[in-house]
Amino acid sequence: MGQGPAPSLEPPFLELRGVSKRYPNGTVALSDISMAVGEGEFLAIVGASGCGKSTILRHVAGLVAPSAGDIRWSRPPAAGGIGMVFQEPTLMPWARIQDNVRLPLDLAKVPRVEADARVAALLAQVGLADFAQAYPRELSGGMKMRASIARALVTRPRLLLMDEPFAALDEITRQKLNDDLLALWGEQCFTVLFVTHSVYEGVYLANRAIVMAPRPGRIHADIPLDLPYPRDEALRTDARYAAACRQVSLALADAMRSPGHSSGETAA
Amino acid sequence: MSALRRLAPMILGVIVLAAWEGGVRLLAIPAFVLPPPSAVMAALLADPDTLGLSLWFTLAVTLQAFALAVAGGVALAILFTRSPLLASALYPYAVILQVTPVMAIAPLLLVWVGYERVDLAQLILAWIVAFFPILGNTTLGLRSADAGLRDLFRLYGASKWQVLWRLELPSALPYLLAGMKISGGLALIGAVVAEFVAGSGTGSGLAWRIVDASNRLNTPRMFAALALLSLLGIAIFAVLSLVQRLALRRWHDSEAANR
Repeated sequence: MGQGPAPSLEPPFLELRGVSKRYPNGTVALSDISMAVGEGEFLAIVGASGCGKSTILRHVAGLVAPSAGDIRWSRPPAAGGIGMVFQEPTLMPWARIQDNVRLPLDLAKVPRVEADARVAALLAQVGLADFAQAYPRELSGGMKMRASIARALVTRPRLLLMDEPFAALDEITRQKLNDDLLALWGEQCFTVLFVTHSVYEGVYLANRAIVMAPRPGRIHADIPLDLPYPRDEALRTDARYAAACRQVSLALADAMRSPGHSSGETAA
Repeated sequence: MSALRRLAPMILGVIVLAAWEGGVRLLAIPAFVLPPPSAVMAALLADPDTLGLSLWFTLAVTLQAFALAVAGGVALAILFTRSPLLASALYPYAVILQVTPVMAIAPLLLVWVGYERVDLAQLILAWIVAFFPILGNTTLGLRSADAGLRDLFRLYGASKWQVLWRLELPSALPYLLAGMKISGGLALIGAVVAEFVAGSGTGSGLAWRIVDASNRLNTPRMFAALALLSLLGIAIFAVLSLVQRLALRRWHDSEAANR
């Protein structure tokens, strides 16, 4: 598929160097985060609640500035160069699905005809062509999330940030959306940072897993996942998948015990 | 809703009116104490031009004050949410204006605008009472825009104007409409209060008709003017409820859930 980490001498697509975040109340959300992401990678960031996974995404998106360290790009992203999918669908309830998906193009003042064409194409790709005129409240949770993904991709971003996007969905819907997301990734060659607390989901999707340790949030392990693409249901019963899940789970359990962690609880 | 439940208020109304009519006749209560409904209707039909003109006058003042209250309330709410400094400077005074009973401000206002300009006093008083629910609700609505959507607008580099127009104002719409429903009734109160306090022949709205009829002990005419005021209040509330339903029915839980 030509995707996966691309070892080269060029600067990485995205690099975090010693990024730390301390809030005014003294809470240290991130401590010395350094990681490089290659173009076209599908990176899973796995960890318990409150370990700073989402904070990393917010830094990369430019919504938060780091207290220390910096974030470097091989080419700084233009407006619309980053798409983001939140844990909630985060749709405008007063706008039809097509208008929600067109929002990033409207904000960038893309001509209406061109924008409508792109929205229609993308809605077809995520299977919502028949619901362009619907309002968000008329859709199921899974369909709303599809609309949210369509909106994130409508600007043809080079980087897609996903913050536990499927955590609130039922298992069957989640697996279907996992497969559809992999298909879109295979077609469109964007880079993905995918935050999840599910080891199984992270391993199923990603070519690399970053395991986070909590309080303060830091990187505990960086595990390559050498499972072949394209991936499908068969992988879920594959021994290599089980082994990879076990490896990431052990790293996660180890992260919870690692120093700097104030209690044995995972809940935040 | 069953037909019976829909008709229940009307049936009760008819029963109460019939009991009222019958009771007044049976006990021979004088009309200046409590006129029977038939006498109220007769008073209404005896002078439809004067009462109709008064109805129109009260309606016009109320609607003008309401429109100004909506425009001013929304504009000030937008300013408040842009400038916290301005908000903290002005907000206490807006509250003072709100909590001071409008009845108590009316005499002062009449001194200022002059007793010959009761209509202007009506407009200002109606505006004062109608303004605050619009300001309060719209400010709350503008601030309650979804935090995730705010992040999204920032991610795409939206201008302040785009955030206001595409995110904050639509978020505030349900709050604004709820505020308008309250303000509509308050504007009518403001329009009535000024005429009552003026108490002179310079007013020409329904409130003055009540004062005038009261001075002459023409109780049936008082009831007639009162009934028209009630109808006006009901009409304002019904129209604003309809606007609310039409604006929100496709997307907002408060209205969509009732479908």
